[in-house]
Amino acid sequence: MAATPDVLKPDHASSRKHFIFTDEHDQLRESIHNFVVKELRPHAEEWEENTFPDWVFQRMGELGFLGLTYPEEYGGQGGDYYCALVLAEEMTHANCGGLGMGIAVHTDMATPPIHLFGTEQQKQDYLVPSIKGEKIACLGITEPDAGSDVAGIKTRAVKDGDEYVINGSKTYITNGHRSDFIVLVTKTDPDAGYDGFTLFIVDMDLPGVVREQKLQKMGMHASDTALLAFQDVRVPESAVLGQVGKGFYHIMWELQGERMIGAAGAVAAAQNVFDRTLEYAKERTAFGRPISKFQVTRFKFAEMATKIETARQLVYTTAWRFANGEYPVREISMAKLYASRIACEVADECIQIHGGAGYMKEYNVERVWRDLRLNRIGAGTDEVMLEVIGKSYGL
Amino acid sequence: MEAELRPHASEWEAARWFPNTVFEQLAERGWLGLKYGPDADWVADAVFAEELSRSGSGGLAAGVGAHTSIATPPVAKFGTAEQQERWLAPAIRGEKIAALAITEPDAGSDVAGARTRARKVDGGWLVNGSKTYITNGVRADYYVTAVKTRDEPGHGSMSFLVIEKGEGVTASKLEKLGWHASDTGEIAFADVFVPDEHLLGEEGRGFYLIMANFQWERLLMALGAVGSMRAGLERAIPRLAGRGQAVRHAVAELAMTTEAGAALTHHALRRFLDGGDAVREVTMAKLATQRASFDLHDRLLSLLGPDPELERAARDSRLGPIGGGSDEIMKEILGRTMGL
Repeated sequence: MAATPDVLKPDHASSRKHFIFTDEHDQLRESIHNFVVKELRPHAEEWEENTFPDWVFQRMGELGFLGLTYPEEYGGQGGDYYCALVLAEEMTHANCGGLGMGIAVHTDMATPPIHLFGTEQQKQDYLVPSIKGEKIACLGITEPDAGSDVAGIKTRAVKDGDEYVINGSKTYITNGHRSDFIVLVTKTDPDAGYDGFTLFIVDMDLPGVVREQKLQKMGMHASDTALLAFQDVRVPESAVLGQVGKGFYHIMWELQGERMIGAAGAVAAAQNVFDRTLEYAKERTAFGRPISKFQVTRFKFAEMATKIETARQLVYTTAWRFANGEYPVREISMAKLYASRIACEVADECIQIHGGAGYMKEYNVERVWRDLRLNRIGAGTDEVMLEVIGKSYGL
Repeated sequence: MEAELRPHASEWEAARWFPNTVFEQLAERGWLGLKYGPDADWVADAVFAEELSRSGSGGLAAGVGAHTSIATPPVAKFGTAEQQERWLAPAIRGEKIAALAITEPDAGSDVAGARTRARKVDGGWLVNGSKTYITNGVRADYYVTAVKTRDEPGHGSMSFLVIEKGEGVTASKLEKLGWHASDTGEIAFADVFVPDEHLLGEEGRGFYLIMANFQWERLLMALGAVGSMRAGLERAIPRLAGRGQAVRHAVAELAMTTEAGAALTHHALRRFLDGGDAVREVTMAKLATQRASFDLHDRLLSLLGPDPELERAARDSRLGPIGGGSDEIMKEILGRTMGL
């Protein structure tokens, strides 16, 4: 190999950043990373048992992490879209999927519609305190009888004078128990099809809002997931978010951002568990050598690394298009589907490489496996993504 | 590609040969020299590689790709001005066809095992040995050939000679699973005299020369697979409309794999063109796209039934996980990048 060191320099390009990121993104990444590792990660085990505390929102609000992409006039940082990716990626270092999800629902799912469609008053009343971490947001789409089939939503809002009266129920609502308000998808005109939906911002302390049940889950234990009931909840007209009758389109727009963030988080979580497993494989010995020295193990890592990098590039390429004004629904669906799926595959393979240890709580791999399984269901299932992609080709 | 080449793809497939005039047609448009000279544009060459797959003939794409992207780059990178005038310029004009000759019957992905020997004689080298699986092997006017110039084992005895077709050089065509339009040759060198000025780069630095182009070769294979997968989908999709949900989802899966492969490959291309080391990304891009391209065409055939173009693409794409370093070699390289 004497002639070749100048060709096979082992940098492997890992030190160079992707073109969508600048030095400012790197600094942001570093500060979020340090915060997550120092202030969140040490509590991960405890929060898995008891869900994470609300002070995390206040603390992240103080640090400016809840308004990275929002304008400075509302207390945000005025950053570009990629800052949201950085947050989603770095939150995975808390090793606590439920925590990342609770924050993401607040920053990237419930509040973006207020920023885009809200009135100035709504922004002052809800967006500003959300960015500060003083109010916690949740998003109400799914119902007991309507999941990925958003059009099947039954929660009704009926005009009564200058008020609306809301009746119905929502389920699987992340932050549902801790939230101060909900961005709620309702049907205002049952005969108008897709044009019959309207969004509302509903304060969770209004009479008739019932937080019924804290739902028990397979993973994401640090997050609180609620079943909510709305019984004759009266809200003023000023609670309408966006246009009456345009709620379906508003929420479809929201879902695109949610899927991007979910995809970025899934890739980062896969990378995280991959890195930990790689370290483990180098240390763990079997049959007289580190298990990383077995060719089959090496090949597993090569395949996983390729899947992760492929997913990351699909996410970044799509994010780049999204940030440049395109609305690439097909590619977002592909990125969400691909990232969720490979993340589950990687987590499963990482359990396999850990062997018995992977099955034990202590090593934190089984938790990742449980947490990531949701990515193939939430924000539109794998099957819904395939429908969207397939139909985009006219099939 | 679609107007002038694709209409002939089936005919050339049956003839087990595409005509040499294809090189002239491409040269007229400047497409054989996109990455050479003062106006060199590597992205343009990458676009060309991706679109080559629209010729509908993997064999043709292989022959042209071997010429532009495997055999001539070492001449451009390591050749003297005289060598470039003699071999590169006519290659860009489509007047001379080039082949790269490395693989031997007993040395494939393990390049260091090559045995073809060049012994120093007065004024040049006397070459004996054989090469195999050489794309353009029969039609080539010259071979950029890996030879051992010393007896000791290992990389340090490897050098490159440009061997022109002539006395002592015999070539025969091999039968293959696919890539039928290309002439894959077995070359024998029997006491071939090669003048000193045919030594490419430094003596004993041949392995460096091979390594220098591996990344580009693999990138082009990844780009070609992306182009081929996109072309396959474009051909199949209109005929799969109305076939139900399972088919819709199957196509969605294939499209997702294609675009994921494209994102990774274009990322690897950017890394490569930024300069420096892109080994990890290029290796991943090749690994992620080659088997995927075969799987895609195989699946489309299952969905559509017999189709000469897709059958050809399936046969042609089966080489992807083997040539340019097999999938297993890619995994070994990636393992090494992770310290495994």
